[in-house]
Amino acid sequence: MAIETKGLSLWYGDFQALFDVDLSVREGQITSMIGPSGCGKSTFLRTINRINERHSYVRTEGGVEVFGEDVMAEDVELVQVRKQIGMVFQRPNALPISIRENVLFGLKLHSTKKMSRAKQDDEVEKALRRVLLWDTVKDRLGDVATSLSLEEQQKLCIARLLPMKPRVLLMDEPCSALDPKATSAVEDLIWELRGEYTILIVTHNMAQARRASDECIFMLMGKVIEHTKTEEMFLTPGHQETADYIEGRYG
Amino acid sequence: MTSTKVELAHRASANAAALYRGRAWWVDRVAQGVVFLGGLSAIVFILSIFIFVAKEGLGFMVADLNIKEFLTSPEWRPTEDSPTYGILALMAGTASVTGLAMLIAVPFSLGAAIYIGEFATGKTREVLKVLVELLAAIPSVVWGFIGLSIMNPLIMELFDVPVGLNVLNAGVILGLMAAPIMTTIAEDALKAVPDSYREAAEALGATRWQVIFKVVLPSAKKGLVAAILLGVGRGFGETMAVLMATGHAINLPTSPFDSVCAMTATIAAELGETAQGSPHYQVLFAIGISLFLITFVINMAADVFVRGGLRMRSKKA
Repeated sequence: MAIETKGLSLWYGDFQALFDVDLSVREGQITSMIGPSGCGKSTFLRTINRINERHSYVRTEGGVEVFGEDVMAEDVELVQVRKQIGMVFQRPNALPISIRENVLFGLKLHSTKKMSRAKQDDEVEKALRRVLLWDTVKDRLGDVATSLSLEEQQKLCIARLLPMKPRVLLMDEPCSALDPKATSAVEDLIWELRGEYTILIVTHNMAQARRASDECIFMLMGKVIEHTKTEEMFLTPGHQETADYIEGRYG
Repeated sequence: MTSTKVELAHRASANAAALYRGRAWWVDRVAQGVVFLGGLSAIVFILSIFIFVAKEGLGFMVADLNIKEFLTSPEWRPTEDSPTYGILALMAGTASVTGLAMLIAVPFSLGAAIYIGEFATGKTREVLKVLVELLAAIPSVVWGFIGLSIMNPLIMELFDVPVGLNVLNAGVILGLMAAPIMTTIAEDALKAVPDSYREAAEALGATRWQVIFKVVLPSAKKGLVAAILLGVGRGFGETMAVLMATGHAINLPTSPFDSVCAMTATIAAELGETAQGSPHYQVLFAIGISLFLITFVINMAADVFVRGGLRMRSKKA
């Protein structure tokens, strides 16, 4: 199992957002999380790389293991956790530095000695090729990344994770700020990364979950209702709530 | 034909309230006018000040003043029989005091802004912000008084010098005066950096310091330069505290323990004792114009620096 949580509960101040969540996410697959707004799917995602802890009012209980290692342990270094677990956010958040520097940003944070220029160029090209962005940006690597289109920025946000060789990619509604054409381009890319990375993707878009994932998790009010293969969930949902949600009776 | 006409007329009268200018339109118009006047007044006031200062000093500056002597001579003897109007010593006084003040204020205010903006939370943050704003509200004459009555004996004792009213005294006082407002502006600049940048960097594994140094500070650069400039402007423009703390002795300073005399303080101290329209009166206005020009040049330089920096960054591969 790539990700395993046991009895994971989380509070924002007094508000409990996750109740005793036990989940296992398979290695090398795409697992999508669906559920109505505020059901805790993004919160769950943000607990895996502990980015939720930026806010001091967040309190977590329970265990999270990533490839058998306890992420929540006291002596764990957050830097190492986040190196292994990359994250893509709802709105593309490319940093206001050059495209090239964006790709190298994570790598430079973690490398203690200076990399040769050639090695850097190589890493940049490799990462950008992997996200199908190389041909469009290769002549303007020095441009500020925020001048790219949203689709390109989101791809860049994925690309800058890759040089750190993460094993897990967390994606928090990565297409919600994109138009349909860009959405399908980014989805294709995510599908393309399948196998090499374990991908956990939160989405509001049922069709996207159905098209672009192997397994599907349905959450409601901070609890996991159902977790099965995607086809199964959409053809024969095991719970009434799941069926109602999938058919759009609430959301 | 008539029936449709009647119906149209009927509908028109029913919609009349919506179609024609009502109260809201007039309120909107008036509000727009008032705000426009407000905006215009800023320009008018600035221009008037400029014209007034120019009228009093510019003619003299161009026609009668020996510009070379004005700028390069340290001899400021406006009341002698054959007066010399050299402001080099005054400029040196202002520059030395402001320079020392910035040496003190920049690290303190940037540090304070980073702490308040990036580290402090909840109550600590609120209390600190209020305190900093309170510090900014202390009148300059009070700072001058502190310089006279506390710093003066302190410096004499600590450094064993005969006079405590000097560059060091005024620089420290001015630094303390400028720091709060610089802190406030710098903190605003840090706050304007979108949180998504910090989150992105943190998710890539950056530590807190890496987030601040590699993402937040570069993104806020423009605002931070503005904060520093405001401090420099404050330093150049400050009069009362500087008048009280520098010793007000015309002098080219060679050490922080020399008493000096600032441009602003000279104007304030001497303008009341000159006859309106006399050469002395006019040369004081010429100093005012010089202050204007210096501030203008500093602002321009900073502007070029900030823009140039951005362009270079986007060109660098």
